Amino acid sequence: MKVVILGCGRVGSTIASVMSREGHDVTIIDQNVDSFRRLSSDFSGKTIIGNGIDEDTLRRAELDRADAFIAVTNGDNRNIMSVQLAKVRFKVPKVVARIYDPIRAAAYAELGIETVCTTCVGAGLIRDKVLGRKFSTFEEYLRLGITNASVEGEHERR
Amino acid sequence: MSGASAMYVIVVGAGKVGYYLSKQLLKEGHEVLVMEKDRKTAESLAEELGDIVMHADGCEVRSMAEAGMGRANVVVAVTGDDEDNLVICQMAKRKFGVPRTIARVNDPKNEALFQELGIDQTVSSTRIIFNLIEQQIETSQIIPLAALKRGEIEVVEADITPDSPVAGMRIGQLELPPNTLIISVIRDDHALIPHADTKLRPGDSVIAMIKAERERELREIFASRKT
Repeated sequence: MKVVILGCGRVGSTIASVMSREGHDVTIIDQNVDSFRRLSSDFSGKTIIGNGIDEDTLRRAELDRADAFIAVTNGDNRNIMSVQLAKVRFKVPKVVARIYDPIRAAAYAELGIETVCTTCVGAGLIRDKVLGRKFSTFEEYLRLGITNASVEGEHERR
Repeated sequence: MSGASAMYVIVVGAGKVGYYLSKQLLKEGHEVLVMEKDRKTAESLAEELGDIVMHADGCEVRSMAEAGMGRANVVVAVTGDDEDNLVICQMAKRKFGVPRTIARVNDPKNEALFQELGIDQTVSSTRIIFNLIEQQIETSQIIPLAALKRGEIEVVEADITPDSPVAGMRIGQLELPPNTLIISVIRDDHALIPHADTKLRPGDSVIAMIKAERERELREIFASRKT
């Protein structure tokens, strides 16, 4: 598939390297040219320097032809905005955003945006590792994050 | 003072825009809360405005709840980052049912996107300044008054100058772009209800409703022949 990745940090560069090796057509975007050094030496995809919440940059990455868009920059809001841009403006069939904040991840999941809350998943995996348990499911890990961060003040409007 | 119509307004971002906006709102008698995530900025503002300043990240649901977003009439996001302003307004709407959300937009291209994504109103100083400059340069004065239906339809004002090609013409004679409606002709401070026989005179202002993409055509029709 043609996949566009925003953010060439540890996660972004790993996804890009792996998917490129698996034969996918990968384009990765980052604002900082140095970030691309994280890509593996056999990475055969394209790199684009630019701001991922800018339509022109996403167009340069040919997002209109992409099957999937992955937003894994360090900013939750940047990821949230770029995946919405990808959905609304470029009609990308599959978009996934990494979101650290469990509540924001859940809120946008409700809006139909696929989110991966690595805080929840990481916490769950580490807990199970420490306790010597079998790893649980993605859904259960997400629930951990939400219960922990639950908000009392979310009152009904009068 | 607007006593009876006082609103609870939450302003997120205590930069220059947030600062002056809050002071103005307070002066008008509204209840205001300012959220600012930078501690220093929040503290120095609190020295002046008191405990209506909250040091908190306006994107965090917990802080939003603490700020009483559930009873806010308006949430205004005026941080310097468009992505933050988008998320603040979307969360305010989705999580707290805030009836009116206003986002500051730095990149004018984001205005339409934000409105599509459910933000009630957007303000782009970049676009406003650009429009002001463009209006100075353009030979005809077509002034946008309001944008309806997410900007698809515009209400504009066109001033008839003495050298405008339409000066002296009747409205029925104008070759207007499709879907254009002349709503009114303002003459000597009176709003005339126009009909096909209404003759346009220099000094008149024509108020029209048009599809946004037709603005340029309308401009050309009214353009004065200056070069």
